[in-house]
Amino acid sequence: MFIRTSRILVAALLLAGCGGVGGSDSDSDENATVTLTMMGFGTGDDIAKTRFDAANAAIAPSAAKASEGSFNAQQFLSAVASKTPPDLVYMERRLLGTYAAKKALVPMKDCVDQEKIDLSQFRPAAVAEATLNGQLYGLPEFYNNRVLMINNTAFADAGLDPASFSTADWPTLKANTAKLFKSKGNKLQRIGFDPKIPEFLPLWARANGAALVSDDGKTAKLTDPKVVEALTFTVGLVNAQGGWAKFKSFRDSFDFFGAKNQFASNQLGAFPMEDFYLNVLAGNSPDVKLTVAPFQGRDGQPVDWITGNAWAIPAGSQHPKQACKWIKTMTDSPTWIAAAKARAATRQKEGKPFSGVFTGNTKADEVIFRDVVKPSGNAGFDTGVKTILTTQEAGVAEPAIAAGEEFKAVWQDAVNRVLEGKQQPAQALAQAQQQAQTVLDQANRGS
Amino acid sequence: MSSRETRAAYGFLSPWIIGFLIFMAGPMVASLVLSLTDYDVLTSTDFVGAANYQQLLADPKVRTSLANTLIYTVLHVPLTMAVSLGLAMLLVRAGRRSAGFFRTVFYLPTITPKVAVGVLFLLLFNGQVGLINEVLGWVGINGPDWTSDGQWIKPGLVVMSAWSLGSTVIIYLAALQDVPRDLYEAAEMDGASPWARFRAVTVPMISGALFFTLIINTISSLQTFDEVYTAFFGSSNQQTYGNDAALFYVIYLFQQAFQFLHMGYASALAWLLFLIIVIITLLQVRLSRRFVYYESE
Repeated sequence: MFIRTSRILVAALLLAGCGGVGGSDSDSDENATVTLTMMGFGTGDDIAKTRFDAANAAIAPSAAKASEGSFNAQQFLSAVASKTPPDLVYMERRLLGTYAAKKALVPMKDCVDQEKIDLSQFRPAAVAEATLNGQLYGLPEFYNNRVLMINNTAFADAGLDPASFSTADWPTLKANTAKLFKSKGNKLQRIGFDPKIPEFLPLWARANGAALVSDDGKTAKLTDPKVVEALTFTVGLVNAQGGWAKFKSFRDSFDFFGAKNQFASNQLGAFPMEDFYLNVLAGNSPDVKLTVAPFQGRDGQPVDWITGNAWAIPAGSQHPKQACKWIKTMTDSPTWIAAAKARAATRQKEGKPFSGVFTGNTKADEVIFRDVVKPSGNAGFDTGVKTILTTQEAGVAEPAIAAGEEFKAVWQDAVNRVLEGKQQPAQALAQAQQQAQTVLDQANRGS
Repeated sequence: MSSRETRAAYGFLSPWIIGFLIFMAGPMVASLVLSLTDYDVLTSTDFVGAANYQQLLADPKVRTSLANTLIYTVLHVPLTMAVSLGLAMLLVRAGRRSAGFFRTVFYLPTITPKVAVGVLFLLLFNGQVGLINEVLGWVGINGPDWTSDGQWIKPGLVVMSAWSLGSTVIIYLAALQDVPRDLYEAAEMDGASPWARFRAVTVPMISGALFFTLIINTISSLQTFDEVYTAFFGSSNQQTYGNDAALFYVIYLFQQAFQFLHMGYASALAWLLFLIIVIITLLQVRLSRRFVYYESE
């Protein structure tokens, strides 16, 4: 019986002998020929492959070896425990705080100084998300904006105008949701408006003038009445559309990344979503009638909660200098521009529109959207890109948190309890506040 | 046995003994030590005494995950044993060729990767568009939201677990084939009904196999992880909607260890599970003395 539990628990010890990432083939001399090891990054598409090749060219005759697969905490911990950390690690920026607080990552200051990296090229919110206690722990890439995506066909069915749809006025939003929603008997036919909770609660909280955590990432603010109000409103939207069980079952049935996606199949009226989904729709259902609008706060101003990824150098990296040079090239504007051109060429061959890539690098964005992205002929996609470009100027990130993963689990559990009808919003968030603050206090002890 | 034979026996056993010491006993001792520490792999290890054990007694998620696991076990084990026995009895009556075919058919799902079973569960049991509710609809039953309604998640998982009962069927089939025919003939001559023959001949004669599968299935149910984790916690997106009704004990243990880096606490969780399994198994062994018949006795 104990085989599995002991295997799980001491995997870090056991995997030390077989789960490492490969040793170095040279010393740490900056000019030596080495093979950089990494975790969390694959070269599965044009954007990744083009940049990967450019970064390798920058450190030739040395080279980095792609790891494939996304970041895996178990694999990373095993490597660190066995003193064979990779030279580079690629992960979501929200995870950086946890590993930085435990000193598993090195601050980027030496790297920035060594390679004279111009940090001003990165969007400030992306840099802020990779910064814990004033120290930068990763070079950011990608800038996932949240915007409203509106299904014009569903709106026409409901007699609504996509151009006037907004999240600013909550009673109106609720009324429009009811008009867009369709069901027959026990079966849902269309979700009118999906607030995308639990995961987008931070967006709704910001729309209501609040945040889940203090700016320094050390104090939970889950019992802020405005957070409670945001949760109450969004859960109300779900409950008005069949309740959580039906709502989620129906949403799970969407062909989200396919040609019969919820927009093409008219199964969804509107939802807030990351900008990458515009590319998904452009690639899979280029004829879909779509409107992209900023997600608005109750004050009518755009609210754009952004996230993304980052490159970091683990403590104990055998080749930190070469690794630094490599990620400098990886996140540099010429590299992004080359990658965008490659993607655009591929899309052109496929006869599909390219709606651009939001890089987190202002210089790259400027050139890509001026010179590389061409009008597709679908007004929805073309104006959508312009909307996102405008909206991203208002982008804000959640601060780096020393126990980011655990903090997120606590508030998401609270939302799930409310969605399942087990607790009221205020009660669930009060419980979560206590748990979250304990988690944050423990993680920040000594930092 | 001579000392030379003894040495030879140990020689042949040594690969297993060495493997056991390194890969089982070693990690067990290590986890026991870790359970008394605050350990996150990345920073120094601090001795905290029994603090982790005190914490788990107060942790509501331990209670939730333990209750989920025990409820699943109580539903899954009898269902698996009953359905498997029924199928095995049908196989015994089938012709030689068709029995071979069906034996293979029943066993095939067992070799399906559990990850695939988890994904299949979500597809088949989707409350709005899944095949299960579609079929229930044909007979006028409005099926529940198996994958998203907390009250129906565990029953759904139990039904799905019947997918992979092939091993138990094979064990029962072997046991049934070993029951002497003359016992049935004698019972029949005495006028015993089919039910009486089943109760008085079949069950006692295969009680050893029943007991074995009871222990094995109970332990394996208490350690359920792969398919449930895949279905409800396998991706970042799924974790977002992680339903407490699907939070099984080993999943919670895994989250504490590798998601939140509380290796010491996770070790304490592992030892609590170990203790629970030992107690349940000892109870089963004790009860077996009254109900299990061995021919050698």
